[in-house]
Parts: sequence; C-alpha cells; structure tokens
Amino acid sequence: MRLAVLLLPSVAYLLVMFVFPFAYGVLLSLAPGARGLSLANYLAFFLDPWQARTIWVTASIAVPNTVVTVLLALIVAYSMRRGIRGERTITAALVLPIALGTVLVAEGINGFYGPKGWLNQALVGLGVPELPRLTHNYTGVMIALFVQHFPFCFLMLLGYISGIDPALEASARVLGAGAWAVFRRVMWPLIAPGVAIAGALVFVMNFGVFPSAVLVGQPAGATRTIAIAAYQQAFEHSDMSMASAIAVVMGGCQLAGLALILVLRRRMAGTGVATMGAGKR
Amino acid sequence: MRGRLWRLAVWLFVVGFVLNLVGIVGHVVVSSFARRWFATPVPSAFTTEWYAYAWREFQLDQVLMVTLTVAGTVTAAALLLGFPAAYLLARHEFRGKGPLLLLFFLPLLVPQMTYGIPLATTLYRYRIGGTVAGVIAANLVPMLPLAIFVLLPFVEQISVNLEWAARVHGATRLQVFRRVIVPLALPGLLTAGLLVLVNTVANFELTFLLSGAGSQTLVVALYYAVFAAGMRPIYSVDAMAVIYMTIVLAMLVLALRFVRPTQMVFRLDRRD
Repeated sequence: MRLAVLLLPSVAYLLVMFVFPFAYGVLLSLAPGARGLSLANYLAFFLDPWQARTIWVTASIAVPNTVVTVLLALIVAYSMRRGIRGERTITAALVLPIALGTVLVAEGINGFYGPKGWLNQALVGLGVPELPRLTHNYTGVMIALFVQHFPFCFLMLLGYISGIDPALEASARVLGAGAWAVFRRVMWPLIAPGVAIAGALVFVMNFGVFPSAVLVGQPAGATRTIAIAAYQQAFEHSDMSMASAIAVVMGGCQLAGLALILVLRRRMAGTGVATMGAGKR
Repeated sequence: MRGRLWRLAVWLFVVGFVLNLVGIVGHVVVSSFARRWFATPVPSAFTTEWYAYAWREFQLDQVLMVTLTVAGTVTAAALLLGFPAAYLLARHEFRGKGPLLLLFFLPLLVPQMTYGIPLATTLYRYRIGGTVAGVIAANLVPMLPLAIFVLLPFVEQISVNLEWAARVHGATRLQVFRRVIVPLALPGLLTAGLLVLVNTVANFELTFLLSGAGSQTLVVALYYAVFAAGMRPIYSVDAMAVIYMTIVLAMLVLALRFVRPTQMVFRLDRRD
C-alpha cells in the first residue's frame, strides 16, 4: 500500500528513538563487564540495602498517594457529575498545576507550606500551634504529588463520569434506589474502568517521581526514590550500565503496579452488570 | 439534608484546593517582588530589581533562546511528521493498526524517567546528548504521539465525500491534501501545535536528562536554581519562576480557547 509512506516517518522515529534505546538499555544493564551477559547489576542493586531500599521508599510514597488521590478525585468528580457552582472557574484553575509543571509547583510549595509561609502564619494567627515541618521531607513530597496529580485524576474522571447516560441513574431512582444503591449498583460498575485507568496512570507517574522528591523532599534520605538512584548512577557515577538496570527495575515495579490494578479491577467489576453506555459522550 | 451536607463538604474541599493553588502560585509572585520577606503576610518593601538580576545572573536571554528553539522545532516536527500519520490512522483500517496505536501510546504512558535514562544513554553514546539537537530529539518522542492523538479526531471529522468530490473534479492526491484536507484540519493543527508547544516548554524530565551547559530550557534552568537554593537570593529564583509562569500561562490561555480542560489531560473515550 503506497499510503504507508505517510506513516513511515513517525513509526521510524519511534522505533529509533523509543524502541531501540529501550532494548539497548536492557541489553546494557545485562552487560556490566566487557564480556558476556550477567545479572551482576541486578544482584548488586538488590543486595545493596542503600539501593534496594529505594523501592520501598518509592512504594511508600506512590501507593498511599495513589489511593488518596484517586479516592478524593472520585468523590469530588462523582459529586460534581451534574455540575456545580463555578465549575468553569474551578476546572480552569485545576489545569494550572498540570500546565505549570512540577518544578514551579515545588518552588511554590516550599514557600507557601514552608515554616515562614502563609499557611503557617494563618494557623498561628488563628491560635493553632505551629505545624510540624511540611517541606523538605516525606510530607512535602506527598503534598507536591497530590497537588500535581489530583487535578489530573479529577479532570479525567469528571470527563469519564459525565459521559455516562443520565437516564440510567434516573431509571434506578424511579425504581426506588437510594443514593448509595445508585452509586454501588448502577454507577460504580460503569465508572470502575475509568477509575482503574486513572489509578494506573497516577501510580505510574508517582513511582517515577523525580523533581518533587529532590526539590520538596529529602533526596539524600527519606525521599531518595528509585528515579533519584537511577539518575545518580547515570550522571554522578557515570555508570550507564547500572543506571539502565535501575531504570529497568523501576519499569518492572511500574508494570507490577499496573498488573495489580488490572487484577483488582477484574475482581471488583465482577458484578455481572452490563457496561453499556460507559464513557460515550 | 445529608445530601446537602455532603455537597457542601465536597465544595469546601474543592475551594480549599483551589485556594491552596492560589497560595502556591501567589507566594512565588509576591516573593519575586519583595525586597526582603520574613514571616509577615506581605513584604515590607517591594522592588522589581530581582527581574533584572535574574535575567543577568541566570543568563535568561540565552536560556529563552534555547527554549524557543526547542519548543518551536519540536512543534513543527511533531506536526509535520504527525499529521500524515494521523490522516492515515483516521482514514484507513489495516492489519496491525492495534499494535501500531500501542507503539504511539507507549511514550505517553511510560513515565519519562523510565525511558529517559536508556534514551539518554543512547544519545550520549552517539554524542547527541547534551546538545540542543539532543533535547529536541528526545522531546519529540512523547510530543509526536501527543500531536497524532490530538489530531486524530479532527481529521476524522472531515468528510471523505469532500475528498472524493475533489478527486472527481480532477484534483491530484497532493492537491487534495494541500487544498482540501490541510485547510479543513487547520483548527486541529492549531490545537495540536499549541498543546505540543505548552507541553514542550513545561516538559522537565527528558530535557533535564539530555541537556548540557548550553542547552538548558527555562524549566531546567529553574530546577537548577531551586536545587541550589541559597546560592542566589530566593527572590531572584522566584522572579525567574514568574517569567517561566507568564510564558506558560500566556500559551495556556491561548490553548484553552480551543481546548476543553478535560481534553488537556487525556482522552478516555474511544470512538469505535
């Protein structure tokens, strides 16, 4: 087919710049020495507590953050499915952190949530005792990730939920279902696929956290995530082979998280309800 | 009653979240104009001199030049390569379309830190890493699929009948493309272009991994300034942050005229 010419440039580009580097990285991670393939890098990573710990550190940030973000986004998006006062302003404001990016948000959080920031000043002014430190630690990273990913997750779910045919809910109401029953028996089975996708994306992004963990966290200790470990290996120790191995481990963890979410979703969706009309606008 | 309380709680949460955003952004803006600012609601004296200071000390003229070059080139390349692909994907069904869509989807799905490390390794090996060309090449990896997926629905909306009519009247394929399809897809090209532009300017990870001394974009320069907090007055770092913010917001306002906010995030609905 001659028209394939149209597709060729972009496919070739992604093969050369995405697929090839990925394969090259995996191969490089398996070849630390000059000769032969070995798992030495992976062994070294998992046997060194300072390195292996990063998996636990990252998971202890990514997992709770994903759960809280998705849960709150679901509650808010579900409650707003029939519109709310000032919806346009709110959604426009929520695009802000997505567009501005992690670095700017991190700098703002250091100021606003910092010990001398407006939040602490307001609380002290109200007579509340000064808060514990909120920045340059675990809490700071959690705040940064939430500020970044809540709007993302919320807008995604809002788009998804408002695409569900309102007639379904109305029929359930007419047949006598209460608010909870409508959610549990009618809406949830329709929403669950969207929640699973949103949760998967948020988890994957959380697990790759880098700028927030450095700028609002404690990159030498409590928030030394796996992305930081990979970066340090690559650019501070110039050990690209080991860095690739860490990147592969990071990708593996993200994949494992995705798989887990998909399994959970299959379990929960086993209610036998037809999912027609979901996500169609 | 319970329903109203619930809605009130949700509304308060949302307003609180927006206020927190205002606080985050507002702090940066106020701080950039402060002569000095210690633990008071507002600084005692204001000045604009941090902007001149930041411009000089962070070599923002050079950084902005790089940012513009990178964002402009990436946008042009993404549209140029992406539009024909979007056209074909919108118009034709063929074997292997599923895997192909997956290939286009992956760079948007896989976090940049995960594929950025192997990509950087490869590009540094071929001596493209650390240069402006390397930054452009790396940014194009997620931006090309982004352009394609934004363009797809726009191309789908153009009626095939128009193409046939033009063909019947003797237009060549190329003429149809240039005189019929491109003009009709102009809104889509504009939308995709703006989204790619905003995303490239704000894209941190890949640029960070690929940029060297002379090839930092504004976000990366900002990162290093925040990272080395204490080297320079924080007010000058915030002034730089405000410059960055103004540029992104200007493009965002422009983009939001064409795009719905939910579209900025992701398209969850599939058109079958």
